[in-house]
Amino acid sequence: MALALVPVIALASLPLVGSLPTWVTLTVAGLAMGMMIFMMASGLTLVFGLMDVLNFAHGIFIAVGAYGAASVLTRMSAQMQAESLASDLTAMVPAVLAAIALAGVLGWFFERVLIRPVYGDHLKQILITMGGLIVFEQLIHVVWGPDIIPLPRPGTITGSFILGEAAIERYRVLAVIVGLAVFAAMWLLLNRTRIGLLVRAGVENPEMVESLGYRIKRLFVGVFVAGSGLAGLGGAMWAMYQEQVNAQMGAQVLVMIFIVVIIGGLGSVGGCFIGALLVGLLANYTGYLAPKLALGSNILLMVLVLLWRPRGLFPIGKA
Amino acid sequence: MPEPMLSLAGVNTHIAQYHILHGVDLEVPRGSLTMLLGRNGAGKTTCLRTIMGLWRASAGSLRIDGQDTTRVPTPEVAQLGVAYVPENMGIFAGLTVRENVLLAARAGEPDAKRLEWIFGLFPAMQKFWSSVAGNLSGGQKQMLAVARAIVEPRKLLLVDEPTKGLAPAIIANMVEAFRELKRTDTTLLVVEQNFNFARSLGDRVAVMDSGRIVHTGRMDALAADAGLQTKLLGLSLDTHQ
Amino acid sequence: MLHRLLSADFPRSRVLTAVLIVILVGLAAAPFIFPGTRSLNVAAKVAVFVLLVASYDLLLGYTGIVSFAHTMFFGIGGYGVGIAMAKLGPGWGALALGIVAALALSLAIALAIGLLSLRVRAIFFAMITLAVASFFQILASQMSPLTGGEDGLSFRLPELLRGRLVAYYVVFGVALAAFLALLRVVNSPFGRVLLSIRENEFRSEAIGYRIVTYRTVANCLAALGATVAGILYAIWLRYTGPDTTLSFSIMIDILLMVVIGGMGTMYGSVLGATLFVVAQNYLQDLMKLASDGLAGIPLLPNLLHPDRWLLWLGVLFILCVYYFPTGIVGRLRK
Repeated sequence: MALALVPVIALASLPLVGSLPTWVTLTVAGLAMGMMIFMMASGLTLVFGLMDVLNFAHGIFIAVGAYGAASVLTRMSAQMQAESLASDLTAMVPAVLAAIALAGVLGWFFERVLIRPVYGDHLKQILITMGGLIVFEQLIHVVWGPDIIPLPRPGTITGSFILGEAAIERYRVLAVIVGLAVFAAMWLLLNRTRIGLLVRAGVENPEMVESLGYRIKRLFVGVFVAGSGLAGLGGAMWAMYQEQVNAQMGAQVLVMIFIVVIIGGLGSVGGCFIGALLVGLLANYTGYLAPKLALGSNILLMVLVLLWRPRGLFPIGKA
Repeated sequence: MPEPMLSLAGVNTHIAQYHILHGVDLEVPRGSLTMLLGRNGAGKTTCLRTIMGLWRASAGSLRIDGQDTTRVPTPEVAQLGVAYVPENMGIFAGLTVRENVLLAARAGEPDAKRLEWIFGLFPAMQKFWSSVAGNLSGGQKQMLAVARAIVEPRKLLLVDEPTKGLAPAIIANMVEAFRELKRTDTTLLVVEQNFNFARSLGDRVAVMDSGRIVHTGRMDALAADAGLQTKLLGLSLDTHQ
Repeated sequence: MLHRLLSADFPRSRVLTAVLIVILVGLAAAPFIFPGTRSLNVAAKVAVFVLLVASYDLLLGYTGIVSFAHTMFFGIGGYGVGIAMAKLGPGWGALALGIVAALALSLAIALAIGLLSLRVRAIFFAMITLAVASFFQILASQMSPLTGGEDGLSFRLPELLRGRLVAYYVVFGVALAAFLALLRVVNSPFGRVLLSIRENEFRSEAIGYRIVTYRTVANCLAALGATVAGILYAIWLRYTGPDTTLSFSIMIDILLMVVIGGMGTMYGSVLGATLFVVAQNYLQDLMKLASDGLAGIPLLPNLLHPDRWLLWLGVLFILCVYYFPTGIVGRLRK
């Protein structure tokens, strides 16, 4: 039933918004935002579900991804002026790959050095990841400087195209496509491969997975790195959307990501997807209908969802 | 005499501040089915978990099939050929029955003949093969838990209260299944509260009290001695159902 | 008499005692020892933050709870005074109203948070407090007519408090009294139960202590402490705004101070706050010298740039969490 929430909220806003073209624009914007949030949040929920680790420094992977992409893109401005999709892609694809790789490496460092020594101790985990946040945010400034870096968007995906009477931004469509692709890939990995099977079982009952003979701790590093890489991807997409990079990027979206993860149910990728779309749609609809409410809208959404389903929309039955 | 499949010598286990096992000495001969009995809180589950490596013994030694497993982590204990069916069954509610069994088959796909044999033991499993495990009834979950433990041949099976909360018909199914299991090469250590179940299947019996083994011996000897049963278990066999 | 004042919780280290005495004298005589507005500002800020961090230590160090809502209570105190003074005029009645309203609101919210979420796991609780604090921050910046929005509120105080000297000693005196009160709380039977709950939840529950009750009370006391700190800060600055009270970076600063100073020691907050505020104001000058001196070398001047002082504190913080959970105070006591 919770699955129906997304179309329900979307359709319910139509009469409120009034005009169909505006509604289309807002919906696409909401879906795009939701997809980017999903990319940023999915790693966090999986890591938490599997390893019982909440990384308050998750925002750093987002920021590092964004900065990595920015570094590549600013060096490839020639390719981006060429007005051809292929040329733009030769700039964007390496940028995105750089973002994922950089964030992934940082994730590996985090897991190995900061988090592994404090497994099981939630208090220390929270403190250590906060410490990581402080240090690495500063290190970003050391490497990339303290200023906001503006990020030009590649030529072929700027601007909008017109569908009927609605203006639809090209970049948002790209974001939706990428987001769907990521979700599909994750779904396939989790549900059609043996590793996915292990992860899903491990989220529920890691002890039993070990009793079946699997060294689940080896999986942890892999999942953590994948999660941070995904966050880096989300950060790169988000940066290109905002057309700028700054070190606080991760912290700015962190509360929203936590809300999405809580709404979706800790450990559930599907729940995270739905939660992200809901948050994205709601932010855009309220931004149009009741701007003062917009910033607090996702927190209110979280309260409402928790009142209905205290463990989130798709909770994993923990043993 | 061949070395026992499982032997504990002076095993102590502490959980946080609580000292649960106070020097457990136990030997489980190869190929036998040993029942581990005792009151609630005697330490039976702790015993199984310590053998499995889920909790670390603070003193004493553990040997499985001739190997010292005192400090060995759980996955490696399992890979030695040990299977564990915990009290809460440990099935993955979000996965289907098929996926649960698939996961337990470390070699990849379960052997077709082996699966057939398991379906023979638990005919109902074929019906809910594609169902999500969380939707099964208690009895079906228990069947799945045991099936998982035997999807590949194992040397040692540790089972914690297989009949807990089950209807008599399902218990009868369990008894048959365990009788079949006894015919294979597997050694079994089963914790039970149901003395009838224990008596009908056990070759040997060990009784625990306050973290120690207070009696070991043959099952038929204990079953014949009502006075000893009352002394060890607090109840006679008729009431201890 | 010292015994009763300090609730029998002595520094237990000669070096620590010496440092504490220096800090106490420094703060008490600040207007006379350190001329100039900047140093007096530093001293006032130290006093306020000692209280703010000590109240957080009650929560983190003694009860074992991580909450991100502490700056929210700090802000409630500040805005209570700010809104009262700005909207109702600089009178004593208005000030009293603002103070009482702030304390009442903090108590109510702390109670609500406690009863609703202290049953859940630590991580959930931390996330929820983050969301609540975030919501409050949004409220404060959006309700501009009332709160002055992003710009905050500037206001005047009652006649007597307008003098810097009087204002300073009010801030110092109240902060000191509140700190000693907190010291009394953690050394009372209540405080000992808190510690036992932190050490071993199971056994405490088995003995019969209702954990949620104790944690909620601790949460409320900590919230009140932070609110008083907020009230004092507003009185000193004659200004309240989201940047001075509600921002997440202040929450991070509190964490740095309490961990580096020493969790669960109370005196750690004195050391941590002093170290932090002094470094924030004076270390940066030192770092600028170093950074300029290393100008030609790649990366190194960036690492020592005065704006990067948090980097080094962060590293120290991480080291403390791993190796020195009782911080500087713990090390001094060894």
